[in-house]
Amino acid sequence: MLSMLRTIWTVLLHLFRRPITVQYPEEKPYLPPRYRGRIILSRDPDGDERCVGCYLCSAACPVDCIALQAGERPDGRRYPEFFRINFSRCIFCGLCEEACPTYAIQLTPDFELCDYNRQNLVYEKEDLLINGPGKYPGYNFYRVAGLAVSGKEKGASENEDKPVDVKSLLP
Amino acid sequence: MATIYVDDRPYEVDPAKNLLEECLSKGLDLPYFCWHPALGSVGACRQCAVKQYRDENDQRGRIVMACMTPAMDGARISIRDKDAVQFRAGIIELLMSNHPHDCPVCDEGGECHLQDMTVMTGHNYRGYRFGKRTFTNQQLGPFINHEMNRCITCYRCVRYYRDYAGGKDLDAFASHNHVYFGRHEDGALENEFSGNLVEICPTGVFTDKTLKQHYTRKWDLQTAPSVCAHCSLGCNTIAGERYGQLRRILNRYNAQVNGYFLCDRGRFGYGFVNGDRRLRQPRLLQDGESRPVSGAEALKRTALLLGRQSRVIGIGSPRASVEANFALRTLVGSRNFFSGMAPGEEHLVARMLHVLRGAGVRTPSLCEVESADAVLVLGEDVTQTAPLLALAIRQAVKQAPRRQAMQLRIPRWDDAALNEVMQQQKGPLYIATPAGTRLDEAATQCFRGAPDDVARLGFAVARALDATAPPVRGLSREERAAVQAIAGALRKAERPVVVSGSGCGSEAVVDAAAQVARALGGAGTANLCFTAAECNSFGLGLLNAMGTAEAFQRVADGLVDTVVVLENDLYRRVGRASVEAMLASAHVVAIDHSATDTVAGAEVAFPSGTFAETEGTMVNNEGRAQRFYQVFVPQGEVKPAWSWLGELAQAAGRTELTGLRSPDDLLAALGRAVAAFEGLPERVAGASFRVNGEKVPRLSPRASGRTAVSANVNVHEPKPPEDPDSPLAFTMEGYPQQPPSPLITRFWAPGWNSVQSLNKFQAEVGGALAGGDPGMRLIEPVANGAAAYTDEIPPAFRRRAGEFLVVPLHHIFGSDEQSAVAPAVAQRSPGPYAALSPEDAQTLGVQDGEFVEIELDGGMFQLPALLMSSMTVGVLGVPVGIGSLRGVDLPARSRCRRV
Amino acid sequence: MTDVLLQVAVILGVLNAPLILAALLIWLERRFLALLQDRYGPNRVGPLGLGIVLADMIKIFTKEDWVPPFADRAVFTLAPAVIVITGLMSVAVIPITETIGVTDLNIGLLFFLAMSSMGVYSVVLAGWASNNKYALLGGLRASAQMVSYEVFMGLSLMGVVLMAGSFSLRDIVAAQQDIWFIVPQFLGFVIFFIAGLAETHRLPFDLPEAEAELVAGFHSEYSGMKFGMFFVGEYVGVTVIAAMIVTLFFGGWMGPVLPGIVWFGLKLLFFILIFILLRAALPRPRFDQLMAFGWKVLLPLSLLNLVVTAGALLLWKA
Repeated sequence: MLSMLRTIWTVLLHLFRRPITVQYPEEKPYLPPRYRGRIILSRDPDGDERCVGCYLCSAACPVDCIALQAGERPDGRRYPEFFRINFSRCIFCGLCEEACPTYAIQLTPDFELCDYNRQNLVYEKEDLLINGPGKYPGYNFYRVAGLAVSGKEKGASENEDKPVDVKSLLP
Repeated sequence: MATIYVDDRPYEVDPAKNLLEECLSKGLDLPYFCWHPALGSVGACRQCAVKQYRDENDQRGRIVMACMTPAMDGARISIRDKDAVQFRAGIIELLMSNHPHDCPVCDEGGECHLQDMTVMTGHNYRGYRFGKRTFTNQQLGPFINHEMNRCITCYRCVRYYRDYAGGKDLDAFASHNHVYFGRHEDGALENEFSGNLVEICPTGVFTDKTLKQHYTRKWDLQTAPSVCAHCSLGCNTIAGERYGQLRRILNRYNAQVNGYFLCDRGRFGYGFVNGDRRLRQPRLLQDGESRPVSGAEALKRTALLLGRQSRVIGIGSPRASVEANFALRTLVGSRNFFSGMAPGEEHLVARMLHVLRGAGVRTPSLCEVESADAVLVLGEDVTQTAPLLALAIRQAVKQAPRRQAMQLRIPRWDDAALNEVMQQQKGPLYIATPAGTRLDEAATQCFRGAPDDVARLGFAVARALDATAPPVRGLSREERAAVQAIAGALRKAERPVVVSGSGCGSEAVVDAAAQVARALGGAGTANLCFTAAECNSFGLGLLNAMGTAEAFQRVADGLVDTVVVLENDLYRRVGRASVEAMLASAHVVAIDHSATDTVAGAEVAFPSGTFAETEGTMVNNEGRAQRFYQVFVPQGEVKPAWSWLGELAQAAGRTELTGLRSPDDLLAALGRAVAAFEGLPERVAGASFRVNGEKVPRLSPRASGRTAVSANVNVHEPKPPEDPDSPLAFTMEGYPQQPPSPLITRFWAPGWNSVQSLNKFQAEVGGALAGGDPGMRLIEPVANGAAAYTDEIPPAFRRRAGEFLVVPLHHIFGSDEQSAVAPAVAQRSPGPYAALSPEDAQTLGVQDGEFVEIELDGGMFQLPALLMSSMTVGVLGVPVGIGSLRGVDLPARSRCRRV
Repeated sequence: MTDVLLQVAVILGVLNAPLILAALLIWLERRFLALLQDRYGPNRVGPLGLGIVLADMIKIFTKEDWVPPFADRAVFTLAPAVIVITGLMSVAVIPITETIGVTDLNIGLLFFLAMSSMGVYSVVLAGWASNNKYALLGGLRASAQMVSYEVFMGLSLMGVVLMAGSFSLRDIVAAQQDIWFIVPQFLGFVIFFIAGLAETHRLPFDLPEAEAELVAGFHSEYSGMKFGMFFVGEYVGVTVIAAMIVTLFFGGWMGPVLPGIVWFGLKLLFFILIFILLRAALPRPRFDQLMAFGWKVLLPLSLLNLVVTAGALLLWKA
């Protein structure tokens, strides 16, 4: 009983506190860089698409709003033939970003995605791809992967030895 | 039975097995790499380490490899022991020290045994600071992609490829840390079973190159249990689809049929489903021009052709399901239903069925062929016509020497030790064919001759086995010696098998094989294995259709108004002139999945579904009826053939197919109408079948992209398609656990994402699926008692000057109509040729590659000569289904000259 | 003639006032609640966000008035009307000032109690007619809760009646000339206050519509103006209970300096704000706790209050 009265008193005292509401459209809040807003696809430091079409983001997506098709370029790089995010379904949970092994898919602090037409919220690869590495400036997946691509032969990745000479029996 | 203790819990085990097998059979998770149930143990990877204790008082124990330790009575082991856990973690860390950072771009990712085992063992960070060993890759042809960096040197690939499948061109090179698995130079892997490397390799060294063209992860594929449609063996497959395209075929284990393996035709021949030759819209022929129309328009046109007063006949197909054929038979009446097989083949299928249902013989399953200890192949190039049978025979050849080796008390699973004792010894395998075969290298002795001579050899063997069989006169001395050797080997064997089929087109050969099997006696033992040309040849044969030739005769006699052709390219069956005469003098309604020449000439054509877009039943060479299920909903107006037939009947006001609206209805009616199919409808999991009240999902719970796949067209997702015809659902909703064995849509178990999860689906490792292997044998010997011998023994083949006996030569890649258009298979398919023995070539004066002209069935064909040293003199081989030579009944005599 | 017109004007005024008040209360409640929770509340539409009242009204009038096909159509339509009608009927007996008031029944208090009992029909019928299990559960809870709390509500007021010697609300107010009944009838006030909260199923006693467990309880299936009626009914109920508290315990219109109507209005506003404060501060009890509290605590207390008041009066009169 007493605790109830105390609660009522405490709540009443809040009447005299300053509201913490941010008056949004006039007053823009500061959003940290890791805020989970609109999703983008980034490029690696050499300017090529980072996405290798591994399907992990689409598998991680709890609302299944990412669809893509992996392809392979003649130079050996994997890439998404199409990459589609249906933002009208996206819940901005960021699991795709966590799943991405190449830092390709990233969430940005842009949350102003409203539209009167849901169809406009379906973003294709052209809409998603940005001209930069996003939050992870230095990373290039193909510099650490074992796959050979043009400009990086077998054994040329970080932490790799030159390819073995199969015909040699030397230790 | 023996009792072992794993972590102090007792388990009843089979002492003939090893600890690893038994632990897995009991559902215990124990990581492994080099062991494979079909390959046995070599103890190479050291991953399945467990601690073994002397007795219950032993506290220290010692680390042993579970795969190399027999499950002896009273054995006490611990999987969870700290030392064993640490040992396994150490091994995986070593294996991973050179593994590249590739998973996102690796096709194995998500179904990788190495990933699963790494997770199971608990290794996550590479502690090794130094560089990774790397390799250069090889081009291994259109089927297999090679990425050697990922290798963990478990040796499974070469053990499978060389020891199991008999391949020669894949080997281990270099030494120590540099061991390399590949060919001596770039080039396609020659073995017909190379595709199994995809499933054998525990990681991504060998991956499916056809999948790479349209790569999809395992969890995104919509999969359904299917049956291979490319030869008569009916191997069980899992077909996977994404975005409306069939993307890959995986093996679906069936202990009785294909076991763990598929041939490359079955695995990579699916491309025709996505091909641009597909018919996706009904077509009408107007003013000599075929144009696409709506289904309604095509049906309206067809209704006039199929009216009550119209005289309609139906031509079935050995590549259509039993249901579709039966629907056509019901529509036109059994007296107007023709098989649609080539006349020669049709005759042979009827003959083979007659033999198999008669006394004294029983047809073995592939599994039983594997355990045969003496094999006689008559007239059939098994590797090309029924590839997996060849793989089974290669295992059968090892039976006799292995049995000897096991007398040294080496357990069955101890592969390395057995191989050491067996060396290159082979059990008895005798092959008699017109031309050399890929299996010859495994044979004890090969016999070359024209089909009649092959048959005579068979009859002579029967005589040698049983003196009451009719004698064969006029055999040469070598032939008599061969007959004695063969008869001796067969007589000595416990489980002899005679293999033959329609491959060389000779009825005498089929009869001879039956004669040998009967002479072997022992009713009830599986001893006679036949192969037919197509996936449902035997199913069609059991429907008692009329002969194809009679259909053409009836049309020629003007007794027919309309011909309904079901999934059949008639140009492949009979001569061009006959088909064109039929197209000209009757209204032809064709139902097919691809735009064949018959479809192009038909007045109306309806698009039917391939094996992946429909469901139905096929009967394989063993007489096993197997259900294949629809994998995905096709684009366009593609419908199952039986569905089109039902609509046709309705549009035409016919009532024959009223009430037969689903494959279940058709099968039930078939069970009532045809005695051979009695009991089958009850055994099939029909549309109303449910597991715990739920359907079985075709999609995995992890399937992705549902709300984005079609969002570019319309952001409002469509309702998922419903499947009224099967107990499977086109969604991820449904029974979440292991379905009954005929409905296994994918092999997956918690913690086991790769195909190795199959262990969890088997009653015991390497044995039958839990709940029994799917399929029902329809052909069992109906009569018992004395076998009746035939005395129609053909005279010996006598060559005539300037004339050749043209025999068909089959090719695994190219001879099958459907798989031949798959891009990967087409790359491996040979061009047209005329195969001659060097002697004949010399007589004709042709060099290799020069053109010869042969006259067949009234037509002249020019083909490049191919000199084949194994070819019988006086016999000329032409490839089946390749080039312009189609619709000719072979073997046939023909004049041949140099161009 | 003018008398009659005046009377009609008063009646219309008094009966419309709760409706207008109900609309304003939407704004008041949201703003006040927001301030208690360190927010602004609706402050965008019109000055001080007052336009939200209009916006809400437009919205609720133009929304699709949907009757579920599985519902009992007639009862479903009737139910929301009942709650508003009974609420307004109660207002009729409330004396705003000496002169302003619709009617002065000599059994005014009984009439009020009767009307508030009638209110339960609305909720029960709505829950029943919706043909929805959550709505039915809500209706069941409402009937149990309201039937129970009605008992103590009536008993708690008997002390007041004893002291005033009349059921007429005007007489009761008049009897508080010397001392507001809050002083001698403090226990009665507390019980009436709690029972009043329960009777209007306001938070924390909104178990019939507990959205966390029953979706929205008895009005799950309601939309549009029918839903609006429940809303209005609830606010009318709040107003009526607050007015009754003022009338019965706080001397009605009486007060120094300012005219009666202002005093009445101020007291009324105070109690409405208290209602809102309680909503902001107190959690919802479990249903069994609510019932146990009623029957095991409030009933004995109200009986005690009655007996003690009666005894004291007897002693004092004697």
